[in-house]
Amino acid sequence: MKSGMQTDHVVPTRTYYAIYALLLACTYLTWQVAFFDLGAMNTVAAMTIAVLKAVVVVLFFMHVKYSTRLTWVVVIGGVFWLGILLVLLFSDYLTRGWRTYG
Amino acid sequence: MPETATGHAHQPALAHHFDDLAQQKEAATLGMWVFLVTEVLFFGGLFATYSVYRSWYPEAFAAASHEMVVWAGTLNTVVLITSSLTMALAVHAAQLGERRRLLLFLVLTMALGAAFLGVKAFEYYTEFHEHHVPGIGFQFEAKYFRHAQLFFSLYFVMTGLHALHMIIGLGVMAVMLWWAWRGTITRDYYSPIEVSGLYWHFVDIVWIFLFPLLYLIGRHAGA
Repeated sequence: MKSGMQTDHVVPTRTYYAIYALLLACTYLTWQVAFFDLGAMNTVAAMTIAVLKAVVVVLFFMHVKYSTRLTWVVVIGGVFWLGILLVLLFSDYLTRGWRTYG
Repeated sequence: MPETATGHAHQPALAHHFDDLAQQKEAATLGMWVFLVTEVLFFGGLFATYSVYRSWYPEAFAAASHEMVVWAGTLNTVVLITSSLTMALAVHAAQLGERRRLLLFLVLTMALGAAFLGVKAFEYYTEFHEHHVPGIGFQFEAKYFRHAQLFFSLYFVMTGLHALHMIIGLGVMAVMLWWAWRGTITRDYYSPIEVSGLYWHFVDIVWIFLFPLLYLIGRHAGA
C-alpha cells in the first residue's frame, strides 16, 4: 500500500489560486477597514482578518488540512501555548488600572 | 521514472532508519512543525511586548505608525503573499516530478523574496533619512518623543528579525534550487521542498500580522 512512493495528497492548483485570491481580498479589506473609525474594533477587525489569513495559509499552503493528526496536535499545541503567553500576560497588564483605593 | 522502489536498497533517498519514504517524509514534516512552534513563541514574545506598550501609549503608537511608508508595506504584503503562492506551486511541481516547473517556481519565489527585501531596504533608508531611528539622532514631535521611540524600536526589531528570516529563507531556497537542478529532488523524494515551503509560508504569516499592527494603526484619524 505505502511502499516506496510518497503517497501524498496533491492539492489541485486551482485551490492554490483560490486561496491566493482570498488572501489578496483580505489584504485589501484590512487596508480599507483601517480608514474607518471603529474605535477599539479597528484592532479587533484587523486581527480577525489576519487570523483568518493565517488559518487558510496553514490549512492549504502548508497542507495541514491533509496532514496527520500528530501534525494537527503540534500545530494546535503551538497556538495554545501562544494563547497561554498572551492571556496570562494581559490578565496582568490590562487589569492594573482596576485597583480601587479606600 | 522509478515507479515504486520498494525496500531500502533500491531507493537512494531513503535513510536507513526509516521504514519507507512516507514515514521519512512524515518525520521531516513533523520536525519542521516542531521548529515552527518554537518560532511562533519566539515572535509571540515580541508581539506580546508590542501589545503591552501599545496598550499603554496608544496615541504615541498611532502617531508613530502614521510615519510608516504605507504603500511600501502594502506592496510588500502583496509581494510576500504572491511568493507564498509560487512556493505552493513549486511544491506542487515537485510532487508531480516536473523539474522545469519546479525550477521556475523556485526562481520566482526567490525573486519575490529579494523584491521584498529591496522594498524593506528602501523603507529603512527612508526612516534613517527622516531620523526615525531610536537613539541620539531621533526626531519626533515633542509630545510623543519618548514613546514613539518604543514604537520604532519594536518596528526595527520585529521587521529586522523578519527580514533575517527572509534572508535565511533565500539561502534555503538557493540550496533547493541547486538540488532541484542537479536532480536530487524527484517525485519520490520531494520532502526538502515541502519542508522549506513550510518555513517560507511561516515567514509570510509573521508578516500578515506585522503589516496591520505596524502600518495601519489609527489610519482613520487625520490625513
